[in-house]
Amino acid sequence: MGASISLDFITHRFSSSAEPTLKDIENRIEPSELVALIGRSGCGKSTLLHMMAGLLIPSEGCVRINSHQVAKPSAKWNMMFQKASLYPWMSVKENAALGLLFDGVPKAEAEERVDTLLDMVGLSDKKNANVQSLSGGQQQRVALARSLATEPEVLLLDEPFSALDAFTRTQLQEEVPNICRERGITMVIVTHDIDEAVAMADRVLIMSQNPGRIVGEQKVDLPWPRRHMDTGFQTMRDELMQQFKGTDTGLAGRKAVDSDESDVAESAA
Amino acid sequence: MSTSNTQSFAMTNVVPNMPQLFGWLKSLQYPALGIACLLALWWVGGYMIENDPDLSAFSAFAPAPTFSALADLVRSGEVWEPIGSSLYRILAGLVWGIVIGVPVGVVVGYFATALKVTNVPFQFLRMISPLAWMPIAVLGFDSWDSAIIFLIVMATVWPIIFSTAHGVRRIDPNWFKVARNLGASGFQMLHRIILPAIMTDVMAGIRLAVGVAWVVLVPAEYLGVTSGLGYAINDARDTLAYDYLAAVVLVIGVIGYCLDTICSVLIKRFNWHVE
Ligand SMILES: Nc1ncnc2c1ncn2[C@@H]1O[C@H](COP(=O)(O)OP(=O)(O)OP(=O)(O)O)[C@@H](O)[C@H]1O
Ligand SMILES: [Mg+2]
Repeated sequence: MGASISLDFITHRFSSSAEPTLKDIENRIEPSELVALIGRSGCGKSTLLHMMAGLLIPSEGCVRINSHQVAKPSAKWNMMFQKASLYPWMSVKENAALGLLFDGVPKAEAEERVDTLLDMVGLSDKKNANVQSLSGGQQQRVALARSLATEPEVLLLDEPFSALDAFTRTQLQEEVPNICRERGITMVIVTHDIDEAVAMADRVLIMSQNPGRIVGEQKVDLPWPRRHMDTGFQTMRDELMQQFKGTDTGLAGRKAVDSDESDVAESAA
Repeated sequence: MSTSNTQSFAMTNVVPNMPQLFGWLKSLQYPALGIACLLALWWVGGYMIENDPDLSAFSAFAPAPTFSALADLVRSGEVWEPIGSSLYRILAGLVWGIVIGVPVGVVVGYFATALKVTNVPFQFLRMISPLAWMPIAVLGFDSWDSAIIFLIVMATVWPIIFSTAHGVRRIDPNWFKVARNLGASGFQMLHRIILPAIMTDVMAGIRLAVGVAWVVLVPAEYLGVTSGLGYAINDARDTLAYDYLAAVVLVIGVIGYCLDTICSVLIKRFNWHVE
């Protein structure tokens, strides 16, 4: 069900003369693996994720999904953004069914197929609601249902919960990996939040800045569901924090000495 | 929570039904007052004309002769022919205005360069009264009818172009990204995302266009053609049938009002912005 993702020596420049934004990125993500990508703001996390989604083509190297080179977007590898970006002229149901509609599934059948998904994300009583009447968390759930409706093999999440309140965020941090594990979906989440990375991923990739490269990784061998209060969780996030600081070259390319200098939030859950 | 509140509120209202009816009637009181004032002014004007020896030839402009002329026109069925001709012209002009204006507006709104290039010429052309094109229209088209429709198009394209372009510029760029990400083809993007997104603005442009077109149509029909409401006014003037003239003016106003109401109903229907 899940697909593997290979990042094959990706280097990217936004303009041909500029310094590379991403340099020699190489990694392999196994089918059904849950991976978190952390790093300072502006290091190129979103850029890398857009490449996995086929929304951006790297200037050198390539992304392969199941060994096929990614050349354009597809509903089989789906991206969720920080903003839900729902379409206000469509109901909740129509929004969730959009990917299927684009895929040629008749409207009635598409809406029937998203029915159980909307139940699953807890929107049973909102199916015909105007999306503008939903809260931020509910909107993000519709976006999740919309992404899952096309039965993707890969789910790419770009800081999808950063605009939500702490309660909703914690809940979704638990639900999304569950869904991915049940369905065997390969997940890559970009986050600023080390707790989020530990809560959701099997493996965390650490990115450096100028140029953006993967400078470290950490396996997260914790049982599911992840509890923020467990000692294992605490140890893991401390370890990750240490490793991040060790690899972090700071904003101007110098070693970060002071722990306060880190951008990666030590958010208290 | 709020929805269940409004529901129960609506339910208690359904049972007696009288308050709703009363509320509806009450909402009509201000328009009714306005119309009454207008009629009163008209009546006073008519009274003064009738009692002024210099103007008494025009006493047929007063409300009573006008309404009796209108009744005549309706009874004999004479009103329908000019109304039909005028509506046909305005509809044809509007359709062309939409067919040209919406695609041009999409291009101007989508491509920043297109906006920069067209801005000055379009603002310049827009300020030229459509009626100023009359001599050129007469040279360019073999029938008066097409010439008039051309003038209507010149009146309608601008508000439609500007409004459409404004709508396109307001589209959230993330809507494109999400749709592309979900595998939308170019046609699906246009049909499912762009058109519904700009529909409200297009309709607002059409409403403005209808207003301008209706105002331009009557003087345009003074020229050449032998049908339509403008021609009917001219004809009534030539035959000194001032009561009929005033009746046609009344018809023009009423139809204009109806056209605008239809547009505003359509705008509500296509509007997805929450109030
Ligand atoms: N379209 C673009 N054109 C030019 N430069 C760009 C473009 N998009 C991003 N960049 C640059 O590339 C770098 C990486 O951007 P990116 O959005 O990938 O960072 P990020 O790690 O996701 O940051 P954040 O955590 O703030 O979201 C930044 O320096 C940014 O200015
Ligand atoms: Mg980003």
